[in-house]
Amino acid sequence: MTIIEKPWISVGRIEDIPPLGARRIETGFATIGLFRTASDEVFAIEDKCPHKGGPLSQGIVHDGCVTCPLHNMVISLKSGQAQGADTGEVRTFRLRLSGGEIQLSGEDLAAAANAAAVPA
Amino acid sequence: MQKLVVIGAGMASGRVLETLFEMDPAAYEVTLFNAEPRGNYNRIMLSPVLSGEKSYEEIVTHDDAWYARHDIACRFGEKVVSIDRANRIVRGEKGDVPYDKLIIATGSSPFIVPVEGRDLPGVVSYRDLDDTQAMITASGASGARAVVIGGGLLGLEAAAGLKLRGMDVTVLHLAGHLMERQLDEAAGHLLKRDLEKRGIEVLLKASTQKIVGTDRVEAVELADGKRLPADLVVMAVGIRPSAEIAKEAGLAVNRAIVVDAQMRTSDPHIHAVGECVEYNGTLFGLVAPLYEQAKVLAKCLLGDTDDFVVRELSTKLKVTGCDLFSAGDFAEGETREDIVLRDPGQGVYKRLVIENDRLIGAVMYGDTADSNWFFDLIKSREPIAAMRDTLIFGPAYQGGSPLDPMAAVAALPDDAEICGCNGVCKSKITSAITAKGLTSLDEVRAHTKASSSCGTCTGLVEQLMSLTLGDAFDPNAVKPMCGCTTLAHDDVRRLIKAKGLKTIPEVQQELQWSTPNGCAKCRPALNYYLVADWPDEYADDYQSRFINERVHANIQKDGTYSVVPRMWGGMTSAKELRAIADVCDKFDIPAVKCTGGQRIDMLGIRKEDLPAVWADLGKAGFVSGQAYAKGLRTVKTCVGTDWCRFGTQDSTGLGIRIEKFMWGSWTPAKLKMAVSGCPRNCAEATCKDIGIICVDSGFDIHFAGAAGLDIKGTEILGHVETEDEALEHVVALAQMYREQGHYLERIYKWAKRIGLDEIRRQIMDDHAMRKAYFDRFVFSQKFAQVDPWSERVSGKDKHEFQPIARLDFAEAAE
Ligand code: SRM
Ligand SMILES: Cc1cc2nc3c(=O)[nH]c(=O)nc-3n(C[C@H](O)[C@H](O)[C@H](O)COP(=O)(O)OP(=O)(O)OC[C@H]3O[C@@H](n4cnc5c(N)ncnc54)[C@H](O)[C@@H]3O)c2cc1C
Ligand code: SF4
Ligand code: FES
Repeated sequence: MTIIEKPWISVGRIEDIPPLGARRIETGFATIGLFRTASDEVFAIEDKCPHKGGPLSQGIVHDGCVTCPLHNMVISLKSGQAQGADTGEVRTFRLRLSGGEIQLSGEDLAAAANAAAVPA
Repeated sequence: MQKLVVIGAGMASGRVLETLFEMDPAAYEVTLFNAEPRGNYNRIMLSPVLSGEKSYEEIVTHDDAWYARHDIACRFGEKVVSIDRANRIVRGEKGDVPYDKLIIATGSSPFIVPVEGRDLPGVVSYRDLDDTQAMITASGASGARAVVIGGGLLGLEAAAGLKLRGMDVTVLHLAGHLMERQLDEAAGHLLKRDLEKRGIEVLLKASTQKIVGTDRVEAVELADGKRLPADLVVMAVGIRPSAEIAKEAGLAVNRAIVVDAQMRTSDPHIHAVGECVEYNGTLFGLVAPLYEQAKVLAKCLLGDTDDFVVRELSTKLKVTGCDLFSAGDFAEGETREDIVLRDPGQGVYKRLVIENDRLIGAVMYGDTADSNWFFDLIKSREPIAAMRDTLIFGPAYQGGSPLDPMAAVAALPDDAEICGCNGVCKSKITSAITAKGLTSLDEVRAHTKASSSCGTCTGLVEQLMSLTLGDAFDPNAVKPMCGCTTLAHDDVRRLIKAKGLKTIPEVQQELQWSTPNGCAKCRPALNYYLVADWPDEYADDYQSRFINERVHANIQKDGTYSVVPRMWGGMTSAKELRAIADVCDKFDIPAVKCTGGQRIDMLGIRKEDLPAVWADLGKAGFVSGQAYAKGLRTVKTCVGTDWCRFGTQDSTGLGIRIEKFMWGSWTPAKLKMAVSGCPRNCAEATCKDIGIICVDSGFDIHFAGAAGLDIKGTEILGHVETEDEALEHVVALAQMYREQGHYLERIYKWAKRIGLDEIRRQIMDDHAMRKAYFDRFVFSQKFAQVDPWSERVSGKDKHEFQPIARLDFAEAAE
């Protein structure tokens, strides 16, 4: 895949996301939620709740997790795993911060695109 | 009827009267004197009042209605000056009262250290409500400093309360460690460390030389010359039994009024009870033995006999977060052995004192979960040889596998004491629950008195309720707000006000949230409390709002949104309908529906389109209907006198007027109203949060209805004659609810908690109170009544509606 040849893809700056807030990235194959925590960590996960597909980027962010706006499932931003008694997982995307610039892993994007293109 | 006169309406005499009326309501005609200008309240709960965790109203034990019900002649605010024993007359400041039986229950007064400057304004003691209020007032000034003289129970509770109120606090203590009468040195040290962690300064071996000041207190000077600036000095060094009138009347008095085991003084017509008595050389300073005395005395007054016995006492400190317990005798001695357990990391210290194979004393700090079990061992004097090795680990380790806390409670014997203040044992609680069908903690408190004084046994009582009732018991009422805190909604609301907390991080820091930034449950609640309490100062935190309130539309199951504009009172026009039709066409809105709230919902709008949809609606004059808000939703109306042949008033006009007055206000849960033009009630006002039924003579105001998860007809608040009055009453009611409701608690639940009568009293009868609520609502509206849609059309929170980036495959692959 050509996409891997560009390992890090810039998507915006950390200031563009409110602290304890989220923004969305539209790609052709999925919506990705970009989340900023209180300690200015940034995480990217697929914007689709494992429960019934709720848009996680619209939830409340707290302590490295987001609570889904539809039925309150709590998802870890780091692992993509549902917390507590719930089970389920969303796709996570590696990213790095370079002087405030958020860069998403091209490899992870490609993997997601592939998965979307060839439904299992 | 025999005449009973009581001097002092305190905790001891209060219990005597309760017990007396329970056993025989008709035996005595009672006159009750009290130097304080009020009746009996739970004095030991003054500390939570001081810290702001409770209000005075919550600690009143006998209200006016109670005294009236028992025909008690109350002479509050009147001191008894002397007793004429020969003629059996009590002389009050305002007149004489003859007695057949007399009870002296004058309690004690604070001991004032005889130093220079002790009479200066700003020097207070800590005994009654007036003292407490003086301290609260003093803490109001910013940067105010307090010096508390005395590091015992009272002094430390005062210090902790003042600190919570935001004062700089220093405690001066004469002895080498805090609470030296209840704690040993090690526990005293841990306590000191915990207090210092809260920012309270503690000076030990500090001897006060004098209090300095010209017009009021300015500083405290110590024997070593050190000078501590102070705006408030609290003297809490000890108490002295109030026995003067008894002494002057010639009764036998040592350090206090001498009584026998039936609480009789040296005059058979006169009894004494409480802190003013001395029995067998013992003085009293905690309520548990006083309640015992009260029970004995009530029986004796009815001709029964019973003997008062002095029992072991235990002490707990009512400072949230400082868990300590002490009981029995823990002085060292040749025949005594100690078992000590320390866990410095956890700040835990436990010491047991054993003599002749019996537990005789226990001191615990940091972990007091097993204190009742140890206290029982002390009282029962059971031999402990068999479990000596594991004794200090508590009941869980005595044979077999560790028990869970419920099992530990289940294993307690029937006569195990659960509530120390009121001497209530396990079987009394469980049998009351079963026999009387009790289901709530308040009922158990009312019927058994358990957990109704200092409240430290509340957890145990709840466990007993769970054991007895199984799943039927829901300890919800006292549940913490969420997993991030141990505080309940009420506590948090009160502390926000008391400590002047004005941001979410500040609340979380000051109230010791256990998570770094809360959760989806507490953050929206805190955000609401701050919006409601500081309308002009608080900057709304949108990241703490549920998505609907953040983007001012309702999220749908597919992630699209629905939009509901206001149609004031359900009225609309061709122009408005045309604008809605145009918007639907322009943005390809898939569904349009009449809501259950007399207006129109457009469903299935993409988030990106919201600002443009609003811009078009705004041009037609629409504002947000707040169909998503924990705030004012709809005011439904019927056609009223405008059209209807039965209409008695302009219900449509009044509904519109209310909606225009109140839109934009945030409330604990959603607030829905309706105005019907006559009792046929076509606007369904009698199942709303607040409803008005118009009648010929004016307006009947209803409230506390529900028609959602629960169905409940409204209650009547009252009747008013004019539209202006109707508006004022409705608005005041809404404001009262805004100030007191728990987040997500609808009006009907709040009203059940507060009491309908109390709400009627404040809104219908107390005109000044109603006016004050009204004014606070109006003030808050200055900041709240901004149409969120037009704000966003003008660019606010633009980031919410647009993705941060759009990547297509080609671009990414470039
Ligand atoms: C749109 C509407 C249904 C309709 O098509 O008519 C509606 C739609 C929703 N209602 Fe409702 N309720 C609507 C009138 C009502 C009514 C009737 C009324 O207001 O007279 C009731 C019963 C009256 C009452 O509230 O007591 C009602 C009782 C509820 C409840 C139960 C509340 C309760 O405390 O018992 C919920 C659940 C909740 O709030 O937790 C609820 C929740 C909801 C939510 C917000 C569910 C949610 O959380 O997403 C629905 C949002 C749909 C949307 O996006 O538009 N809705 N809902 C009505 C909007 C009225 C309006 O114009 O603002
Ligand atoms: C802040 C605080 C915290 C406390 N915490 C605890 C605790 O956690 N646990 C515990 O067990 N105990 C605690 N106590 C102690 C407990 O409150 C007392 O033991 C109890 O109130 C004594 O009851 P009483 O009826 O003897 O006296 P009081 O409750 O003091 O009542 C006496 C009443 O008599 C009135 N009076 C006096 N003289 C006259 C007169 N001549 N004429 C008319 N009226 C008169 C007084 O105004 C007073 O209202 C605390 C006390 C305080 C002040
Ligand atoms: S009743 Fe209300 S909450 Fe339930 S599906 Fe209908 S609109 Fe939604
Ligand atoms: S869709 Fe997220 S919890 Fe249901």
